Order: sequence, then C-alpha cells, then structure tokens
Amino acid sequence: MRPCPGADPCHGGRVMEDFLNSPIGILSLTVAQTLALLVPLLIGVAYMTWAERKIMAAMQLRKGPNVVGPFGLLQPFADAGKMLMKETIVPAGASRVLFIMAPMLTFILAMIAWAVIPVNEGWAIADINVGVLYLFAISSLGVYGIIIAGWASNSKYAFLGALRSAAQMVSYEVSMGFVIVTVLLCVGSLNLTDIVLAQKGLWFFIPLFPMFIIFFISTLAETNRAPFDLPEGESELVAGFFVEYSAMSFALFFLGEYANMILMSSLTTILFLGGWLPPFDMAPFNWLPGPVWFILKVCFCLFVFVWVRATFPRYRYDQLMRLGWKVFLPISLVWLVLTAAALKIFGWLPA
Amino acid sequence: MIAGLAFYAFAAVLIASAVMVVSSRNPVHSVLYLILAFFNAAALFLIAGAEFLAMILVIVYVGAVAVLFLFVVMMLDIDFTQMREGFQRYAPIGAVIGGILFLELLFVFGAWQSAGQAEALRLNPAPEGVQNTVAIGQVLYTDYIFLFQGAGFILLVAMIGAIVLTHRDRLRSKRQDIGAQVARRTQLDMASVPLGASIGQLGILRPLPPEEEKPKAVTHGQHGHEDHGHGGHH
Repeated sequence: MRPCPGADPCHGGRVMEDFLNSPIGILSLTVAQTLALLVPLLIGVAYMTWAERKIMAAMQLRKGPNVVGPFGLLQPFADAGKMLMKETIVPAGASRVLFIMAPMLTFILAMIAWAVIPVNEGWAIADINVGVLYLFAISSLGVYGIIIAGWASNSKYAFLGALRSAAQMVSYEVSMGFVIVTVLLCVGSLNLTDIVLAQKGLWFFIPLFPMFIIFFISTLAETNRAPFDLPEGESELVAGFFVEYSAMSFALFFLGEYANMILMSSLTTILFLGGWLPPFDMAPFNWLPGPVWFILKVCFCLFVFVWVRATFPRYRYDQLMRLGWKVFLPISLVWLVLTAAALKIFGWLPA
Repeated sequence: MIAGLAFYAFAAVLIASAVMVVSSRNPVHSVLYLILAFFNAAALFLIAGAEFLAMILVIVYVGAVAVLFLFVVMMLDIDFTQMREGFQRYAPIGAVIGGILFLELLFVFGAWQSAGQAEALRLNPAPEGVQNTVAIGQVLYTDYIFLFQGAGFILLVAMIGAIVLTHRDRLRSKRQDIGAQVARRTQLDMASVPLGASIGQLGILRPLPPEEEKPKAVTHGQHGHEDHGHGGHH
C-alpha cells in the first residue's frame, strides 16, 4: 500500500487496491487466504498419516509403507483414492441425517479453528481479540461430532465409545482451561499474536514447565489419541464411535482427527513454544523465516504424539478419570495460584 | 446492511430452533436444537460486539452443559406413547400457567423504565479505548469483587450440598489404591531363568524376599534391556 506519485504508472495498482477494499474483494481475499492455509494443512494431514506409520514402523523395527511411490510417499493418496471408491453404508437403524452430519461436523470444526492460528506475525486469517477463547470453544465442540456419531449409529459399541469420549473430553478440558488461564496471566491478552510476542525473551515452557506437560497430556486426551484412545479402543469396542462408518464418512473422521492433532500441536506451539519465534534471536537462527520455525515446532509436537502412541499402553478408564480429576486438576489449580502470586509479588504482571 | 441481515438471519434461526427444542419428538433432537440455539445466541452477541460473552457462552453452555444434557438424554429410555398420554388432561393447566407468565412479562415490559444514561451506555458499553474483555474484567473483579465472590461462595455451597446429599460410599465396590500398588515393590530383579526348568523346580518368588543391602545388580536377561524403570509415572 505505497502511495502513488503519478496517476498513470500505478493505475492498475490503485484499481487492485479499490477492489481489495470492496466487500467482494475482502471476501475473495479471505477465500484465497483460507485456501492458502487449508490446502497445505490437508496435505500435511495426509503426510501426517504417512509419517505416523513410518515413525511407528521405525520404532517397532519394521519398514512401514514403502511400496506406493518412493519411500511409500504416495501411500496417503492411494488410501484416499480407496476411501473415495468405497460405498458409504448407512445402517438400517441409524438416524440418517445425524449419522451423515456427525463426520462433517468433526471435519468442519477441525478446519474452522485454523482461522485464528497465527503462523507468522500478522498471518492469521482472523486476528481476533479472543483468539484463545475461540480455539478453546472450538476444541470443546469437537466432542459433538463423536457423541452424535455414537448415538446416531444405533450400535452399542459406537454408543459406549461416544459416552467414554464425552466424559473424557469434558474432564480434560477443565485442566486445559486452567493451563490456558495461567498462560494468559503471564501475557495479559487473549490474542494469539500477543501471546507469541510475549514469549520473545523466554518461551513459556521454561517457567511454566509443569503446565506444559499437563497441557500436552491433556491435548492427547482431547484428541482421543493413545494412551487415551478409549473412545475407539479396538480391543474392547471394535472401533468405538466410528464402527458403523465406511468410505468417505470414515475418511472425514480420520482427517478430522489428524487435523485436530495438528491444531493442538500448533496451540501448544503458540502457548508454550514461542510460535514462529526462533529459539535465539541470533544470526544462524533467524535466517529461517518464522513460518518454518512454526512448522518445525508443530512437527516436533506431532512426533511426540506418535512417539507416545508407539510407547505407552492404553489407560484403563477409571485411571484416565483419576488422572484428569485427581491429579491434573489440583496440580494445575495450585500452579495457577502460585503463578498469580509470583506475578503479583515480583511485580511481573503485564500492563 | 450486512450486519443487519446477519442479525435477522441468526435471530430467525434462533427462534426457529428454540421452537424445535420444545416441539421435536425426540429429546436428543431437542438437545441438539438447543445447542443450535446457543450458537445463534453467541452469534448475536458477536454482532453486538460482545465477543467475550459469545465465546464464554459457547465454551460453558455448548461445550460443557449441553454435553452433559446430551449425555443424560441419550441414555434415557423414554416411552413416547406414555409421555404423550396425559397431554389432554394437563393441557388446560399448562395453558393457565403459561398465560399467567405471559401476563407477568407484559406487566414487566409495560412498567419498564430505563435509566437516563442507559441509552448512551447501550451504544458503547465498553469505556473508551478498552477492550470488551478488559471492560468486563474491570466490572467483575474490580468494581463488584465482593458481590462476585459472594456469588461464587453460593455456588460452592450448592455444589458441596449436592455432593453431600448424593455421595455414598459403596462398601462392596473395589477400589484401586494406586499408592499401595506403587509402593509394593522396591526393586525389580531381572533373572536369567534356565531353559526348560519348571516352576516346581525353581519355586515362586512370593512374597518378595526381605530387602537386603545389595547393590542394584541388574543381571541382564537374554533380551538385553537397557533402561527399564523410566516408563513414566502412571
């Protein structure tokens, strides 16, 4: 948006500017931004499934997918093609509309949350004041896709999976909320960009290390990942809430789950690992642009997700509830009070 | 113009879904319509510029309360014919109660008088140069902190009361005592067991032999475990 000295040379530029400021221009700009975010995200989701299989294979001394394309790199697309070709089966006793709506809901929720994620300074599609609350709200809605799927399938296994999932996600949201509040206390703003910028000197995972751990484990529970994948626990519930799903509706659940993992990783990155900031603001580190750092940190979190899955056995249900309510909730509450007290006593309160 | 259109769209969906909450046959559908109504109310808050309230409405009501509603309603085994049986009999009483409530509402709105500053406050509720969230925080936690704490205490008492009234120790249920389990063994012994030897020849190590003063000699089995004992805390 530089000023134009003469009319003729940048006439085209002014027309462009006028167009971008009109409602249609704003709309098309937003659509372009959304596509620029969602297309890499979906490709990332596809390769997340590939990476997960490769990493787990390496950890279990196997080879993993290595047939389709070099290093099996085309495996996700082969899988997607297979999913598309299959028949969508709606069970006879199912509640039709809800049954089809549930995977769409899961997928949509996993996508719209990305509207506020700042990949770089000023790169968020919607840089809203209450970004953290928006993310928290969207992630707490994720349970509906699962619970509706479980109920609408009209199947015992699916229903049990949905009930487990509802209880689990509501439980872990509580401690996640306290962790987020602790971070907000240190920042003094609900805006995600402000949260990242507040970590310029020191990433929050150092002073708030216990909260970082609690938050990460809670995100595992929130995304229904191992060791908290009881909603789909295949040894007892066949596949849990998506037993009855096939073809594209199953693929939507699958995509939604992996997009949620990436979303939670980026939330962890923003809250604790300094978003797009390099570890030190020095020469070799700040050569890499911010988004690359952001992606590297998200990849690290995702690697830990897979690492955990390859390492830990599944929790028993009562142990899961005990961990959420009797361990994480008190610890995060006490740490919240401690943080508030420390900020007040040492006069570190922001603003 | 767009904001006006959006307002009417959201308000229309809100009212329609509120009607569906009371009129749909399946209670699960009712709860889902209720959730839709919450959403549209949140959207109306957003249009009014109260983004904090909108998000809190979604987090608290949709994310937590409605999940519990749905949880309970999904597990109910409702006999719809039985539920509809008394409708004719109770309809007049319901109509009378509804009429009284409607009249009361009419009286309230008829006698409504807003304060002099209300008009200006309604137009820009947040003080100049302060974000909506900050403004709510100032009102709640600075201006009216004691009332806020009082409300919190009342809720706490209600919660404790509910727990005291409903909590019973079930004597026969088995509980896991994680502390006892964790404290059960002080050390792990790895032993190489001779091939083909039965338990009858070797004997069972139970209860554990009393602890002796010996260095933690970990005799490696044939699998060559490197670092056990850091499996994370459970």
